[in-house]
Amino acid sequence: MEVLKIATAGSVDDGKSTLIGRLLYDTKSLTDDKLEAIERNSKKKGYDYLDFSLATDGLVAEREQGITIDVAHIYFSTKKKSYIIADTPGHVEYTRNMVTGASQAQASIILIDARKGVIEQTYRHFFINNLLRVKHVIVAVNKMDLVNYDQQVFEDIKADFEKLNSQSSYEEQEVTFIPISALKGDNVAQKTDAMSWYTGDSVLDFLETLKPEQEELTAARFPVQTVVRPKKDEFHDYRGYAGKIYGNSLKVGDAITVLPSLTSSKIKSIEFFDEQYDEAVAGSSVTITLENDINVTRGDILVKSDEVPHSAKTLTASVCWMDGKALVPGAKYEIQHNTNRVLAKIDSIENVISTDYSGEDASATQLTLNEIGKVNFKLSKNLFYDNYADNKAGGSFILIDTQSNTTAGVGFIG
Amino acid sequence: MSKILKTNALESEAIYIFREVVAQFENPVLLFSGGKDSITLVRLAQKAFYPGKIPFPLLHVDTGHNFPETIEFRDKLVEELGLNLIVRHVQDAIDEGKVTEETGKYSSRNMLQTTTLLDAIEEFKFDACIGGARRDEEKARAKERIFSVRDDFGQWDEKNQRPELFDLLNGKIEIGQNVRVFPISNWTELDVWSYIEQEQIEIPSIYFSHKRKTFVRDGLIWSASKYVYREENEEVLERIVRFRTVGDMTCTAAVESEADTIARIVSEIKTSTISERGARIDDKRSEAAMEKRKQQGYF
Repeated sequence: MEVLKIATAGSVDDGKSTLIGRLLYDTKSLTDDKLEAIERNSKKKGYDYLDFSLATDGLVAEREQGITIDVAHIYFSTKKKSYIIADTPGHVEYTRNMVTGASQAQASIILIDARKGVIEQTYRHFFINNLLRVKHVIVAVNKMDLVNYDQQVFEDIKADFEKLNSQSSYEEQEVTFIPISALKGDNVAQKTDAMSWYTGDSVLDFLETLKPEQEELTAARFPVQTVVRPKKDEFHDYRGYAGKIYGNSLKVGDAITVLPSLTSSKIKSIEFFDEQYDEAVAGSSVTITLENDINVTRGDILVKSDEVPHSAKTLTASVCWMDGKALVPGAKYEIQHNTNRVLAKIDSIENVISTDYSGEDASATQLTLNEIGKVNFKLSKNLFYDNYADNKAGGSFILIDTQSNTTAGVGFIG
Repeated sequence: MSKILKTNALESEAIYIFREVVAQFENPVLLFSGGKDSITLVRLAQKAFYPGKIPFPLLHVDTGHNFPETIEFRDKLVEELGLNLIVRHVQDAIDEGKVTEETGKYSSRNMLQTTTLLDAIEEFKFDACIGGARRDEEKARAKERIFSVRDDFGQWDEKNQRPELFDLLNGKIEIGQNVRVFPISNWTELDVWSYIEQEQIEIPSIYFSHKRKTFVRDGLIWSASKYVYREENEEVLERIVRFRTVGDMTCTAAVESEADTIARIVSEIKTSTISERGARIDDKRSEAAMEKRKQQGYF
């Protein structure tokens, strides 16, 4: 079954929980005991409606404070597809959570309250979807029932959003506008009669048309995770390189170059469990063997010989900072790029970028929690990498604090 | 005609995670309960390292109150695949006086497993423990990472978890810490059953419809057994049941079912209006039962 990963962002006020609850309810993904628990706990809190956030706020602290602290994962399926929603909360760890959710997503839902229109929060949602280059953005204009299903309200919001879209750095992004009422269920799972002027799909119908693995076709990248060397007689000389394919498919016979050694070979076989294949596409976890016996280890990347990426001992990236300890020039971090790790030193911080499109602060000397900025790095050794805009897998990395071992930030090269 | 691999996204993701574990840790172990999720993990691990063998042992924390069918199945699987199985017993921790047996109507060794598990982690110096927990099972588990760091007391710090971006998994830890790894985090119950059906994976007989001596308490069907406390007025009847989730006898309730094949189980789950853990007695202790157990080092 196909799996589509979606990120949603926003606060309870936008009706995000109601939208998710509605999608679960209308696809019959909410079982009676879970529904009863929501009813019981909504009543206990004195609400006269069902608070679907109670189904997703899994931690005691979240339920106590009535806020979502952490990304929640919600699952539902139709006959066609399985869906995974990364529901990223507002408030506290806003940017960090949204970036995390969007890094996994093939589509993103931005909610706008029809009564309020495009607000600062909308800017921030869209900015992150631009930065991370999430291909499909659904702008759901919610609470249409509270504005009498007025087409003009919808059109005005759409026009405002298009202005925002003109500032986007990601031209190929597909933005789709859908007028909905999550509370009434209008245009969520089913089309509604209340807005006959709207001729597009409902949210669910639109999601059903999206192809999960249809990332833009980019150069194939095969980061080696581990080397399979069975200690069995019948596989005496066997050396298989285990990893996952990113970008275009790989075929048996392809001329490849191993990075960083720049040695060349040809793909002898592509294996998945006990079967051999002629070709495997993006997202496949396979084992590859090569024609000749060359030295390949974890951290190496196999690429097609005519698609060797750029290499350097420096790099520049937009960094989203996720740690309480600020990022400052001179500090050392470990960069994890695919399956490879290199030591990096912060050379300089160029700027801190406002996530509401209001500009950049070039005087910034550090990057604090939930800030995004352009950072220059010096690397301890040569690294082969892509620009994030050209190749997501080859152009992204995380920064690991060498003392606390925590994931302190994420970088998008270019 | 060229043969093109059609990938199953969830299977591929799980295999990727297994390979990261073996590459990033020195001493991983697979926590094996004999339930369908851990059996599915074994199949995925087989695929991840083929034609090599599964490069880590299995650990079973035996409460002593298991269904005999599960233990029989476990031993057969280990034999067939030539796996290395480690068993540690909750009874030993009781005999050593480390933990005290619960008494009374709801007594169970479920909570006591944690001590035995943490002792085994220390004994073998495991740095990564692979488990079959899924985010859709329970709301505290929905907040769990793929690589979830535990301190030397096995504690889960749920408010301070590492962000996980793209496929980039960070398994760096201090000595004494360990990481719990969940390769099938993103699978639903139906995904697991569909996979078992597609791969024709063998599972213990208690998952299929059978006759069993049972009694009803709090709307749940309990197994009548010497390990399960029962009051005199709780009447034992033979019912046609199966188990949807398998812990030990004291924490797992049965459901009435005629499903005697995997295909019938799949169609039963598709139409079920009760969630999988609706039959978990251990989750009913409180709204936050799972979160509390996880903080203490439960799996």
